[in-house]
Amino acid sequence: MDTGFSGLLTATVFLPAVGAVFILLLVRGDRNIRVVAVMVAVADLVLTLLVFGLFSHGEDAARFQFIDQFTWIPGETLRANYLLGVDGLSAPLVALTGILGLCAVLASWRIDTRVREHFVWLLVLQTAVMGVFSSLDLLLFFFFWELELVPMYMLISIWGTGRKEYSAMKFLMFTILGSAFMLVAIVAVFLTPDVGTFDMRALSTQGTMLGAGVLLPLGALFWLFFIGFAIKLPVWPLHTWLPDAHTNAPTAASVMLAGVLLKMGGYGILRINVGMFPGQAQHFAWALVTLGVVSVIYGAIVTLRQTDLKRLIAYSSVSHMGLVLVGIGSIGVTHGTLTSAGLNGAAMQLFTHGTITGLLFLGAGLVYDKTHTRYIPDLGGLAGRMPLVAAGLLIAGFASLGLPGLSGFVSEVLVFLGAFRAYPWPTALAVFGIVLAAGYILWMMERAFFGVRRERFADVRDASLIEALPMAILVITIVGVGIYPSILTDVFEFGLRPIVALIPAAVP
Amino acid sequence: MNLYDLYLISPQLAVASTGILVILLDLVFQRKGFLPYAAFAGLLVSLALLVIQSVDLSGAVNLVDETESGAAGVLAGSLAVDRFSLFFNYLVLAALGLVTLSSVDYVMRIERFRGEYFGLLLFSATGMMLLASATELITIYISLELTTLPLAALSAFLMTSKSSEAGMKFLIIGAISSAVMLYGMALIYGFTGSTQLDEISVAVTSAAALELLFGGYALLVGVVLMLVGFGFKISSVPFQMWVPDIYEGAPAPVVAFLSVASKAAAVAVLIRVLFTGFFPIALDWASLIAVLAAASMTLGNLAAMGQTNIRRLFGYSTIAHAGYILVGIAAGVKASGSVTGGPEFVSLGLNSVLFYLAAYAAANLTAFFAIIAVSQRTGSDLIEDYAGLVRRAPFLAVVLTLALVALIGVPPTSIFIGKLVIFSAAIKSGLVWLAILGVINSVVSAYYYVRIVRVMFLEPPREQGASGISPVAWFALTVSGVAMIGIGIAPGFVLRAAEIAVGALML
Repeated sequence: MDTGFSGLLTATVFLPAVGAVFILLLVRGDRNIRVVAVMVAVADLVLTLLVFGLFSHGEDAARFQFIDQFTWIPGETLRANYLLGVDGLSAPLVALTGILGLCAVLASWRIDTRVREHFVWLLVLQTAVMGVFSSLDLLLFFFFWELELVPMYMLISIWGTGRKEYSAMKFLMFTILGSAFMLVAIVAVFLTPDVGTFDMRALSTQGTMLGAGVLLPLGALFWLFFIGFAIKLPVWPLHTWLPDAHTNAPTAASVMLAGVLLKMGGYGILRINVGMFPGQAQHFAWALVTLGVVSVIYGAIVTLRQTDLKRLIAYSSVSHMGLVLVGIGSIGVTHGTLTSAGLNGAAMQLFTHGTITGLLFLGAGLVYDKTHTRYIPDLGGLAGRMPLVAAGLLIAGFASLGLPGLSGFVSEVLVFLGAFRAYPWPTALAVFGIVLAAGYILWMMERAFFGVRRERFADVRDASLIEALPMAILVITIVGVGIYPSILTDVFEFGLRPIVALIPAAVP
Repeated sequence: MNLYDLYLISPQLAVASTGILVILLDLVFQRKGFLPYAAFAGLLVSLALLVIQSVDLSGAVNLVDETESGAAGVLAGSLAVDRFSLFFNYLVLAALGLVTLSSVDYVMRIERFRGEYFGLLLFSATGMMLLASATELITIYISLELTTLPLAALSAFLMTSKSSEAGMKFLIIGAISSAVMLYGMALIYGFTGSTQLDEISVAVTSAAALELLFGGYALLVGVVLMLVGFGFKISSVPFQMWVPDIYEGAPAPVVAFLSVASKAAAVAVLIRVLFTGFFPIALDWASLIAVLAAASMTLGNLAAMGQTNIRRLFGYSTIAHAGYILVGIAAGVKASGSVTGGPEFVSLGLNSVLFYLAAYAAANLTAFFAIIAVSQRTGSDLIEDYAGLVRRAPFLAVVLTLALVALIGVPPTSIFIGKLVIFSAAIKSGLVWLAILGVINSVVSAYYYVRIVRVMFLEPPREQGASGISPVAWFALTVSGVAMIGIGIAPGFVLRAAEIAVGALML
């Protein structure tokens, strides 16, 4: 296994944290703080695009690239490494984090209470998420996974609205509970005789976890990990923290939460549940699909009933993240050969949903800023007052319901292509969820942006340049991926091929 | 007793004589400001002696065994100077040094007995250091009393009604538990004919002791009765009743010392007694310890939820942490797969306990130093008076937040690694249920720790408290805070030290 230290990923991961310390100690004046934060976020975006751009997915390219490694904890008791690296699965997600990180910083431009703290927490959060996507050592992975908690808690509870403290605490308790299960599983994997390592590269090669004399049954390990990731994703019935957290979070936190934090759950399922326990994953694929379909349908139905703009988007996330599970469930094919389409669709869904929901939350945040309400029946006719915001939300909405030519279409088609071979009827049900999506998105747009113009919104202004900028970045990403999806699917394909190869041959 | 024996106990002697010296200096001099620094200097002497002993140990396991003092010496059989005891001596000294520095402001506001305050702290530390070395029941008993009695006096030091109540409770409950422990020791002596742990171990193994009428049971009863005494010191359920009252009423630096050093020393002697004296019947006491661990964690965390006084909250939190430590001790033993079915030693269990003690010491001292600093600003220990602390004292608020996050067991802090190794050990020894219970308990504990963070960051500040904190207190806070984070980010050194220390215990 290659070792070494190229430094690129270390810089990408820790640049925001270094920027946060710099802002905390040296920068004076709110305006300067904003400018420095944007500069840090831009620099980090450049680094992530470098990682994504330089990532090679040719025939003879290494699976994991940009390895940064040194011994972190020596000795007999733990033996962990500082080990960063990306493969085809994580490289696009690292780029996603860079894009949304910049959007979140730009979206916080108008924050005027406790400015310094806000940007510090936001940047620390970015380091944590970036670390999760690029750690290849289980202990380091967990380290970053937990590092994300405190910044998010602070962002929601200080700069949020409504029942912000309740929501923040709920988010915290759910996540800690999930990571507690995960920690038990990580320890059990490490202690399994013949394993004795936290190195995810070694753990995800054929047979490491299959033949070992296990400490806990493989099925138990699979579910312990799964609960941790399912809370994050979130999967019905563990999703209840999400609507509260989203509704009451400030715009920047919503963007990060929906855009990248949920993706940590999906990434974990792909990387660990499927990548390290392929046999178990195939065995339990029916359960994953069931949970996925219930999330899709339940999320969509509940979304239809929402009257709060942000709560609506939050529930639609539950529905769309259900599709990730449906795609992963495609590995349960009982006849025919397994293709990587379903997994690729799940991974694509992670990326596209990140950009789409990020855009939706940016728009919803602007609407709330300008009109001081998120109650949809109170809105109406806003399209004439704020055309830029309306256009952004419309594009995001169309992408979200899977309009061809936009990014959401690609991932949904791939998910259904993959899953249909394995579970035709549940997949058909899930497709129905997309029909419902068209319903709630269009209905929301109609009620909030079209229809009669209200007198009290007469002096509502459209988004300013600085507010429109993050929306523009996301629109470009959504349209770009929609028109030229193989820029992502090829990379995902490259990363998923070794994972698919591990899944045992179908049982007749 | 010869010169070599003196060398062996010289670190303890240095601490004790510093205590006497400080009291005498207090009598002679009018200006008292230098007293804490005199005590601190004495600690440095003791530290130097410890370093010399550590170097001297190279290669050997136990300095005592190869003495020229022979079997007739004072130390022979009653004390051991090995890497295990040195680990705890370093820990106690570090805690004592930091507590001494953090006491400077606190004590200088007390009118009388300033010298005695430091003297009593030093005497108690002497007892703790002896406990870590003790290998014989009578020595254990005396060291334990030497640890407890000064702490009881210190608890009552403020002479307020709460402080006096704390001291009285500590004294009485301590006396009862040590009486029960003494009874257990008597039972064990009766059935094994020895007070030396190694001889007890031989006697326990031999069939003779077990064949006596009730022999096996009597031994177990003896062990259980001794556990009462140790359980009191490490504040485990069901001997925890004194903890919240003393945490609330006693002087804050004393509580910090009590929660860290006293616990560590009691765990040291508990490990030595159980693992070197009674290992053959380990399967019996290990399940008992596991039950105590589960009860301590659960009860401590649940009771902490409703607290409004931060020091009472920490009292319950320390009960919970005693539970986590006991998980590690229980994980030091597992049933071997062999036909005879005897106990098998799992070194990871004790490694994790030693590491956890160091990690907990760093985090809890940091938290308490912050609490001391805050209570000097506001004159209150109520959680509601921490409102808006981040506005009034941002550095203190951030450090206290880090300490609270550490106590939950979230990376990148020392206790995260500590809990990780403890639960690893539990899983390895087949105590998966205990590991899961411990993990769930950590989650529960997040609720009340985060509540304090919430008050500090989210609620608007109330009236300002004026007085600042001295540079020495800042120094103590910074050192413990850096240790807390440092051990979390680079735990290798302490883990290695724990491995070596445990290696010396079980050959």
